[in-house]
Amino acid sequence: MRFMTYGFGLAAALAVFWFAMSGETSPLFLGLSVIAVLATLWISARLKVVDRDGSPYLRVLPLMLYTGWLLGEIIKANLAVVTRIVGIRQSIDPAMMEIRTGTRTSLGKALFANSITLTPGTVTVDVDGQVLKVHALVRENAGADSFTDMDRRSSRAADIGGKGRD
Amino acid sequence: MADALHWVGGGLVAIGAIWSIMGAVGVLRFPDVYTRIHAASLTDTGGATLMLLGMAFLAEPGIVTLKLFFVWAFVMLTTPTASNALASAAYSSGHRPRIGNFEFMRGNDSPEAATKGESRP
Repeated sequence: MRFMTYGFGLAAALAVFWFAMSGETSPLFLGLSVIAVLATLWISARLKVVDRDGSPYLRVLPLMLYTGWLLGEIIKANLAVVTRIVGIRQSIDPAMMEIRTGTRTSLGKALFANSITLTPGTVTVDVDGQVLKVHALVRENAGADSFTDMDRRSSRAADIGGKGRD
Repeated sequence: MADALHWVGGGLVAIGAIWSIMGAVGVLRFPDVYTRIHAASLTDTGGATLMLLGMAFLAEPGIVTLKLFFVWAFVMLTTPTASNALASAAYSSGHRPRIGNFEFMRGNDSPEAATKGESRP
């Protein structure tokens, strides 16, 4: 039963996270941790998020590598926006564009859309199937090339380990 | 050595605070809701990252560093969700962005501002 496998993985991850955050070992606190983990499991089951997309343990390393690459992009984008704010560059060129993504999993789409939004100067407005509606502060900084690179890297980080649901 | 780390950490926190103020200045200066979201994301990414990194230098290495890392990870996961909700709500309620190249400090003399009847100081 798939739910049991993913549920057990989630419970183990939550328990490790709880222990790392608190460091408590007294019976009272351990009992409270059991209640907290079970309550979180129940809420997750009710939200129907205990599935493959909610269990990215095998993808932790690729996701971390991707985060490192994304940090570089965020620094570049931060500088591009802050120069406009302080007035070193006066003109902005806002644009609304549609970006097509190659990923098919919902985790891949969420990762790609959130990466675009997290990068200052671009924000995802809407996701419709494989097409993302993106607003950009400066048209030339948000060319199609930068997004194809991000799409390739994010879908590679999110989509390994089998096919998820569409 | 500890003194040097103290100065590095304090400096990073100060730069992060200035970076966050830059985001606030951008929110006031940029012309419409979408461009203002771009300015606000400066606070979410650059400001938060620099300040949390500075705090990691100020704290004792160990469990606090790990907790600061988790705070950073959750900020990075939740702020784009909030930005996206804001942009999506603005778009679906019929608010259309101002498109095209313009010098945003010109205010009233730009043709877009004149036709839309917006008044900016």
